Amino acid sequence: MRLLLVVLLDGLAYAAWLFLVSAGLTFTYGVLRVLNLAHGNLYALGAYLGATLLLHYAASGSEVAATLGLLLLAAVIIGILAGPLIERVFLRRVYSRDEEVQLLLTFAISLILEDVTKLIWGVTPVVADMPYTSFGSVRLGGISYPWYPFLLVGVALGLAGFLWFVVTHTRLGKVLAAVIADREVSATLGIHVPRVYTFAFTAGAILAALGGALTAPMFSLVPGIGADVLVISFAVIAIGGLGSIGGAAVGSVVVGLARSAAVYFFPELDLFTIYLIMTLVLLFRPQGLFGEIEIRRI
Amino acid sequence: MGGSLRFIPFLLLGLALITAPFVLSGWVLFLLTVAGAKALAVLGVVLLLRAKLLTFGHALYYAAGAYAAGLGVKYLGLHNGFALIGLAFVAGLGVSALLGLLVIRYRGVYFALLNLAFSMVLYGILLKFYSVTGGTDGLAFPAPTFGLIGLSEASLRAQLYELTLFLGSLLFYLTYRFFASPAGYVLFAIRDNEVRVAYMGISVNAAVYLGYIIAGGLAGVAGVLVGLSVGHITPDLAFWSQSGEFVFVAILGGVGSVFAPVVGSILFEFVRNYAFELSPYTWQMTLGAALLLIIFFLPGGVWSLVGLARTRSGP
Amino acid sequence: MNRYRKVLAGLLAAAGLSLFVATAKADPPAGAPASLKIAVVAFLSGPASGPFGIPARNAADVWIEKINREGGIGGIKVIPVFTDEAGPADKVVTEFRRLALEEKVAAVVGYISSANCLAVAPVADELKELTVFGDCGTARVFEEGKHAYVFRTNAHTVIDSLGAARYLLAMKPDVKTIAGINQDYAWGRDSWEIFQRSMRQLKPGVQVVDVLWPKIFAGDYSTEISKLLVEKPDVVFTSFWGSDLVTFSRQAKARGLVEQSIVLVNNTGSDIKDIPATVLIGSRGPGPIAPPDVEKDPLHQEFIQLYKAKYGLAPNNYIAHGAYHFTQALQGLKVAYESAIKKAGRWPTTEEVAAALAYSTFDSPAGIIQMAIGNGHQAIEPAPFAVIKQDPAIGAHVFTEIRSFPAACVNPPDGMKSLDWIDRGFPGAKC
Repeated sequence: MRLLLVVLLDGLAYAAWLFLVSAGLTFTYGVLRVLNLAHGNLYALGAYLGATLLLHYAASGSEVAATLGLLLLAAVIIGILAGPLIERVFLRRVYSRDEEVQLLLTFAISLILEDVTKLIWGVTPVVADMPYTSFGSVRLGGISYPWYPFLLVGVALGLAGFLWFVVTHTRLGKVLAAVIADREVSATLGIHVPRVYTFAFTAGAILAALGGALTAPMFSLVPGIGADVLVISFAVIAIGGLGSIGGAAVGSVVVGLARSAAVYFFPELDLFTIYLIMTLVLLFRPQGLFGEIEIRRI
Repeated sequence: MGGSLRFIPFLLLGLALITAPFVLSGWVLFLLTVAGAKALAVLGVVLLLRAKLLTFGHALYYAAGAYAAGLGVKYLGLHNGFALIGLAFVAGLGVSALLGLLVIRYRGVYFALLNLAFSMVLYGILLKFYSVTGGTDGLAFPAPTFGLIGLSEASLRAQLYELTLFLGSLLFYLTYRFFASPAGYVLFAIRDNEVRVAYMGISVNAAVYLGYIIAGGLAGVAGVLVGLSVGHITPDLAFWSQSGEFVFVAILGGVGSVFAPVVGSILFEFVRNYAFELSPYTWQMTLGAALLLIIFFLPGGVWSLVGLARTRSGP
Repeated sequence: MNRYRKVLAGLLAAAGLSLFVATAKADPPAGAPASLKIAVVAFLSGPASGPFGIPARNAADVWIEKINREGGIGGIKVIPVFTDEAGPADKVVTEFRRLALEEKVAAVVGYISSANCLAVAPVADELKELTVFGDCGTARVFEEGKHAYVFRTNAHTVIDSLGAARYLLAMKPDVKTIAGINQDYAWGRDSWEIFQRSMRQLKPGVQVVDVLWPKIFAGDYSTEISKLLVEKPDVVFTSFWGSDLVTFSRQAKARGLVEQSIVLVNNTGSDIKDIPATVLIGSRGPGPIAPPDVEKDPLHQEFIQLYKAKYGLAPNNYIAHGAYHFTQALQGLKVAYESAIKKAGRWPTTEEVAAALAYSTFDSPAGIIQMAIGNGHQAIEPAPFAVIKQDPAIGAHVFTEIRSFPAACVNPPDGMKSLDWIDRGFPGAKC
């Protein structure tokens, strides 16, 4: 029983992390129908900048709100710098071309950003784990857990709720839905479609960078962290259904719990859990768990 | 122009390629061998790109071929080069035939990333079964024998080069014939409009499946040829960055001709060996920038320059 | 105060020595080249560059400068060619061929990845290129094949994990349960295999309660740590290095794993400031953790000063093992060249240098190195281990409880495979 509780806790913490890192990828795809292969690099940039801000401005005793504020700031800076640049200068020119050209374009950008990260932050690991240690810990199921991962569970829930609210209850959400449903018709209705695209891509970039920034206190940052995250995020959103925020949330929980169970009961399978689930889901539901219902929504 | 004269440049090129080992330095010869072998895997990527299918996991079949042969050496004691190549070809075909059943149902990003995920699974398996595969330390590929033809240790490099040249040329020719066959044209038609192809009563999935298996077999042969030349294989062969390299070279060369992958591959190997030494930190950035330039200014790849030159100098 | 006096004395000694050598420089031997090109191959990019590659490259740089200041090798100036080891095996082998065939280097020193050593060894034989491996660990290189032109002047990986087992039993003789957490790749698998087989021999009743295999560079180990906290083993053995070791250490410390269990790291490459106090730690061969005899070796002192002067150092003088290993390789080459010159009376052939290096013994910044096994191509080294302690005087982590197991205690005898030797109960070991 106690073991089950621990498996559940670890699984949920991991699921929260998965959702935070994959939300940006699915959001961008949902609106633009472009799978952003530079997603992992935006994640890495967010992580590095988040760590840098923490190292400079956060003393080890700084408050939860201040820390989260700094990390959010890092994500916004990366998103605002990279998002419009990538969308306006590059992506915009290939919307009319084939899907594989769009993929190649984001692949090229991902290669460039990989080295940009290396040039700025070097190759030695960057560690900024003050929040992880200084937020204290809690005893659950007889063992000690730091608060930080559970804080991320809260942030993930908040983010999911926020995105749901924006999409379903705001004017902006209606505009996005209109653009997704039909570009031309929404343009004739007076929606400035290119601006919506820039906005959506930037929002996706901020989400990607936020995933990274929130991860920074838990991991040490080294070159190459972005590539892994891209593959993991894709698996998560493919399980849930590409473009669906709800799908990403469900995919995260499924993968998170499965992986945690694997570490406890079949440690040799740790590496494969995520791919096994993805293959099974795609075999029986090619559109993902939530793909059919929400394929045209975000 | 005289029809018979048109073959002369090809003849000269063929002669130059065959006699290269007597002229070129050992290092350049080695580089050409590796580039030529990898061009086969790139040809597979190009073949799929003809049907608008972009894969970020083609290294899966490249590694499958190399490891099938590597395990053949380790467990079956095979040293005959032809047997190893046959094994790798069958492995490439077999694995792509199996995974193809699932993968060909998808297009676009799903196709690209499903392939990526499967290649990462193979990478994981190669690491996981350490006692069998040697994990990241990899497997050794001792110098092969070629049955009837006696191989001397000293001329091994030249013979591996000739082997790659002849086998590669044969496979390139067969792929060229495939491109020109009705089945090959179906792939082109799918690129333009998949639905219309289906309305014509042609099975789109069967055509894609065939293309996928051919691409897998080509990559398998590429894997064993690189393994034989390098002498050692590691799971990096299956890593996403290797798949990314194949895609890059395919785009660099262009998808317009079967020759394009060879040109792209040789260009890439040489540039990589110099650029990487000059500045390891900006190597990927250079690749990315080159890719952007090709996408925006040279959509047909380097090969399209050849076509351009031909039309300019034409009548 | 004492520290500075030591440094000053060392500097003066070094200066005096170099002056002496410079003035005593004789004419170069007959047939000598104008200069001696030596390639130095190490990770300059990628995750292994920080903990291993860059320090190794820097060490080779200062050591070649020192060799040249003292008249070079056999009176010939050494010209280093630094290249990056990063990339897949086909790129590494292509690069090795370029160094041998185009750059025409006299010798190649380096390689940190075991996979690269395994890939390069047969090529070195094919091209008859003298190659001295700098840091890689796998025992397979000389246990699975003979390589006439290949040497390794540092001990192979057995000393890491067998040493760890011996040190653990010295520090905690009553250990009952052990768990392993290792990266899921060749080095992690090797380390665990050697450690658990050694433990089975040295203390038969010990129970293995868990073996965890996270993905290399996974970044997060919280689930694994939870499991270890639930299982409460006496000892957690790990072969993590670099960023993985840093993350694991921090998470383990934050969650009380280091208080609950003894954490034992077999071979760190990371800076010890990132590893919690009370962790038991080794670092392949003497050098980073220097036992008293190595500490007193003038080459050891000189190396630390040279490195510090050019590349800077933390107050605890910690330099990664890759750095020492590269100086060992250069030192071995120098000694072999010079003894081959003496023997031949002219500039030696590659084969003569190789013959001189086989079964040789020479001094290095990590103490005396013996090329004792693998047909004289493989070095054996002692295995020092230590406990990390926070030293309030310098405000940094230092090593305490240093204990070094002699080379003959932690290395198999010549001609015997490591795992056989362990399974047969270490015949011939002298501890």
